[in-house]
Amino acid sequence: MKLSNKQATLLVLALLIAITPFFFPSSYYYRVGSLIFVNGIAVTGMVILIGYAGQISLGHAGFAGIGAYTCALAPVHLGLHPGLALVLGAVISAAMAWLIGRPILRLKGYYLGVATLGFGILVSMVLANERDITRGPDGIEVPDLGLRGLLKDMGLNLNNSEFWYGFTGLALLLGAWLALNLFNSPTGRALRALHGSEIAARTVGVDVARLKLQAFVISAVYASVSGSLLALQNKFITPDVAGYMHSIEMVTMAVLGGAGSVLGAIFGAGILTMLPQVLTVFAEYEQLMLGLVMMLVMIFMREGLLPSVLRLIRGRGE
Amino acid sequence: MPELMQFLLSGVTVGAVYALVALGFTIIYNASDVVNFAQGEFVMLGGMITVFAFKAGLPLPLAALIAVAVTAAIGVALNKLAIEPARGAPVVSLIIITIGASIFIRGVTQLVFDKQLHRFPAFSGDDPIRVLGATILPQSLWVIAGALAVFVGLWLFFTRTLMGKAILATSNNRLAAQLVGINTAWVMTLSFAMSAGIGALAGVLVTPITLVSYDVGIALALKGFAAAMLGGMGNPKGALVGGILLGLLEALTAGYISSQYKDAAAFIVILAVLFAMPQGLFGKKSTDRV
Repeated sequence: MKLSNKQATLLVLALLIAITPFFFPSSYYYRVGSLIFVNGIAVTGMVILIGYAGQISLGHAGFAGIGAYTCALAPVHLGLHPGLALVLGAVISAAMAWLIGRPILRLKGYYLGVATLGFGILVSMVLANERDITRGPDGIEVPDLGLRGLLKDMGLNLNNSEFWYGFTGLALLLGAWLALNLFNSPTGRALRALHGSEIAARTVGVDVARLKLQAFVISAVYASVSGSLLALQNKFITPDVAGYMHSIEMVTMAVLGGAGSVLGAIFGAGILTMLPQVLTVFAEYEQLMLGLVMMLVMIFMREGLLPSVLRLIRGRGE
Repeated sequence: MPELMQFLLSGVTVGAVYALVALGFTIIYNASDVVNFAQGEFVMLGGMITVFAFKAGLPLPLAALIAVAVTAAIGVALNKLAIEPARGAPVVSLIIITIGASIFIRGVTQLVFDKQLHRFPAFSGDDPIRVLGATILPQSLWVIAGALAVFVGLWLFFTRTLMGKAILATSNNRLAAQLVGINTAWVMTLSFAMSAGIGALAGVLVTPITLVSYDVGIALALKGFAAAMLGGMGNPKGALVGGILLGLLEALTAGYISSQYKDAAAFIVILAVLFAMPQGLFGKKSTDRV
């Protein structure tokens, strides 16, 4: 049986998520795993924006901030269940992306970069400064999702980090499945045409403005869900989730791993999430190493880590 | 009125620093089409190296000179080791490379020096000068004069010297410039050295007012980037005007509306300008080739 690219990606991802826990020496590794999955979701959104549509955003953490703080605030102020708050956050992020995307996406390259950067900074500034609502830079607690208790009643007893490992893993699979379906759809093909050449795509009748907006809105929803899951998992969130560095992290993870493919980008999320954990031993060298990795990968492996590594393996086999 | 005057003076001072950073962005962008997000680190290096050279017992002017020279050399190394090998890479990759470089420089700086805040004495004392009921520090005058001098110097360099014209030719069309015998590799080296040197000079001038530590570069790079975009990327006049405007906006917002949202006002205005003029205030209209 020949697997399609989509099936192969999902299979590899599912197997990795299911099998790696057998090698975990302690429950701490479940926590790192679920962090990778949460970042993986945001990065899958970046694949749609950067890898498919060829647009840049230096402010997507703004949407993660909206998702995270909706989960913190909606249950308290609106009496909403935290799970529904996640959905509400996604809806708000989508609406926001649609509103600002219309004027912003006319800009190109670095100009688009500075406009999205401005948006992200505005969101993190509001979160840090509106102390009456968000409690400011010190952060705010987030209510429990309640799903673990439900599973316990049904006879499935998981500890907290095991539960979040499984839950975010499933969410990542779902997100990857949706992104891969999009890739193979007519919209996905049109997006890739747009990436190749905007003018050429327009000439063959692609509605460029509408498509860019779609990719922007979809990637914003991914970022928002990722932010919500992070908040629900940690039961606490600070405005840093919307900060400039988090936006850069998202872009870097995607491009470093290989923004052209979902699996590559998630691989990048894995590497960059684990790097600080590995480097805690040399905490002083952490920044130095991170900067060095970013430069070396981008100079010597332009398509990203995973595609370059795969090519190397294939090249050996032939 | 004295209040307004005070806000304007402090706005122009901050704006002059942004303008210097934006000028640094402009030079490198013109030579190589790269927006160098490590530009803020040059400012930081200028301040840090001067501080430690001064503490080691060197006279301040010599310490400053060493800082500018060392930073210029680091700029050249950045070009040779990271930018030139990545020639032709997509914009996203270049953004990540230069951000990687800025994180790397920060990491090395905190190892070589330390994580403390530092300053050295102002050039002409700390007694404020009274202007129309407001006050200004003598060091602020140094900063403003520095920005103006650099701008005029660059203008003369680009319009009156053969080397400056060679840089402009390279930025217009690299291949054509090579064909008429311009050494474009040397143009790149020179541009990075100049840009880094100007950044370091900004660091030397502003450290007595704002102090310096290993992590001041990010904020400056973001503001300088925004200022350069506001004026229109690649245009030195745009960089100067964009920088001063950004500084004024911040100071006036902080004074009259809310100091917490001073950065917000700047970015809202930038968004508004970009919506109306997608190429910035002084940017050229560009056309794409398919």
